[in-house]
Amino acid sequence: MASMGKTKKLKKKRDWKHFIPYYLMGLPMVIYLFINNYMPLYGLLFAFKDVNMRKGVMGSPWVGLKNFEFLFRTDDAFIMTRNTVLYNLAFLVLGPVLGITVAICLNSIKGGRSSKIYQTSILLPHLMSMVVVSYIVYAFLDQNSGIFNALLTAFGGEGVNWYADAGKWPFILIFVNQWYSIGFSSIIYLSSICGISQEYYEAAELDGASKWQQITQITLPLLKGTIIMMTIMGLGRMFRSDFGLFYQVPMNTGALYSTTQTIDTYVFRGLMQLGNFGMSAAAGFYQSIVGFILVVTANTVIKKISAEDALF
Amino acid sequence: MVNSKSARRMNGVSHTVLFLLTFLALVPFLILISSSFSEDTQIIKYGYSMFPRGFSMDAYGYILTNFSVIGRAYGVTIAVTVIGTAASLIITNLGAYMLSQDDLPGVKVLMFLVVFTMLFSGGLVPTYYIYTQVFHLKDTLWCLIVPNLLLNAFNIILIRNYYRFSIPKAIVESARIDGAGEFTTFVRIVFPLSLPITATVGLLTAIMFWNDWQNGLYYLTGTEWYSIQQVLRVMSSQITFLSNGTDSTQGVNRDIPTTTIRMAIAVVAIAPILIAYPFFQKYFVKGITLGAVKE
Repeated sequence: MASMGKTKKLKKKRDWKHFIPYYLMGLPMVIYLFINNYMPLYGLLFAFKDVNMRKGVMGSPWVGLKNFEFLFRTDDAFIMTRNTVLYNLAFLVLGPVLGITVAICLNSIKGGRSSKIYQTSILLPHLMSMVVVSYIVYAFLDQNSGIFNALLTAFGGEGVNWYADAGKWPFILIFVNQWYSIGFSSIIYLSSICGISQEYYEAAELDGASKWQQITQITLPLLKGTIIMMTIMGLGRMFRSDFGLFYQVPMNTGALYSTTQTIDTYVFRGLMQLGNFGMSAAAGFYQSIVGFILVVTANTVIKKISAEDALF
Repeated sequence: MVNSKSARRMNGVSHTVLFLLTFLALVPFLILISSSFSEDTQIIKYGYSMFPRGFSMDAYGYILTNFSVIGRAYGVTIAVTVIGTAASLIITNLGAYMLSQDDLPGVKVLMFLVVFTMLFSGGLVPTYYIYTQVFHLKDTLWCLIVPNLLLNAFNIILIRNYYRFSIPKAIVESARIDGAGEFTTFVRIVFPLSLPITATVGLLTAIMFWNDWQNGLYYLTGTEWYSIQQVLRVMSSQITFLSNGTDSTQGVNRDIPTTTIRMAIAVVAIAPILIAYPFFQKYFVKGITLGAVKE
């Protein structure tokens, strides 16, 4: 008995040593995550301080909830929240509709060179930076040389000053977003469709079902899981926005803020351009906390539906 | 009969929809490239077009004569992409290998620390504070590489799952029986086996670094470390940037083909991706699919 206990102990000791190299391998990752993701958490306290970057988090004096009071007293808080949420809702509805349509089309002509050419081309915008996208948008919307105004005048209409007309930007930004991401989302849905057993379709063919019936009776019901999952994950990201889309594509134009300002652009402008650190920090805090609640809620829901798809 | 008719109609609809979308996806790039080869005065007079208006290489000539600015920015972009991708892959793979050891004490806690970064983030203000006031990365090459871009929890989990499920335990065991240490086993056996997934993740990472312009926007005050994306961003508002190399507004020189130069620089910035795309598109698609299904 005694000797057995000894060998067990020895083994444990060797095991512990044998783990050291693994910890060493993981060390760079842990250090980076600490610096990049965990140290900034303590900077969240800025939201409750009279922010002074030089004095740092501890050196800046406490102001309680003043920053939040100022922030929510302005229209900015309402506008940026409304814009962020409404754009996300639009993306959340249009993304699956267009993505699934393209995926079904790609699937119906599957194989062959043409489907590959289509897929490769539709995905191309996703390889570009938002700066390049903003150049492309400018080529269409520039007041003097833009293609849209050329077309408008050619058909007897009048040119529009696109970069001064905030009312048009929801449509422009939603279109640009879908143009940018449709290739990406269609690939995700296509991979789900490819996972559907061919036998269902063969059986449907035998029963004389048309292609349209096959889509509505087989493909869409079987995609339900993927659609629900993508939607819930999207709801979890409801408070986030693609900074490039809302800052660079409208060329940071002040006249368009009412329809292009999102929480991310507000935080950036407050921090970098207006020197409005306190309100910027408060808006960032607001985004982090609400965003966290949304993600955790979304994950809880996913866990209920299908545990293996949950993040944690 | 009914079926084949329905199938033909479906085929027709699919081709129409996809052709239209392909057109919408490609035309903007055609406009970009055509404009860069156009005559500046023609563009100003008649506007952008799908086909070159006149034909002129002036824009590219201008870039060449002012090559110091563009050349340097290009060098910065290449350095950021190479260093960033290499560092990211090394750290990600090593970390993922540690996390793939199910019997490692504390591995669940470490895993949670990785997942948590996907749920909660401090946002721009605290991150900006840490990198500028604590680590003083402002106006260095590192400020383009390190903040936010180096690791991504999604990639770590992706590669960890590959290590856990796709690498035969027997191979690792046999290496250990032959007396190889953990590092040797990783470098010689495990890492080479992970090349398919590492290549896919590496491709997505490299594109991300090549395209990144936000770190430059946040952390650069001078122009010394401008990447090509940075030059593009500044050029959209200040065309004189190229000739005096500074981020300042001065009188616009009328002889500069401003409109076409912008487009030419955009073409130069996207050219490597456009040229390489046909060769890597298979892996790009695979990377997106992998990311979507999480395993």
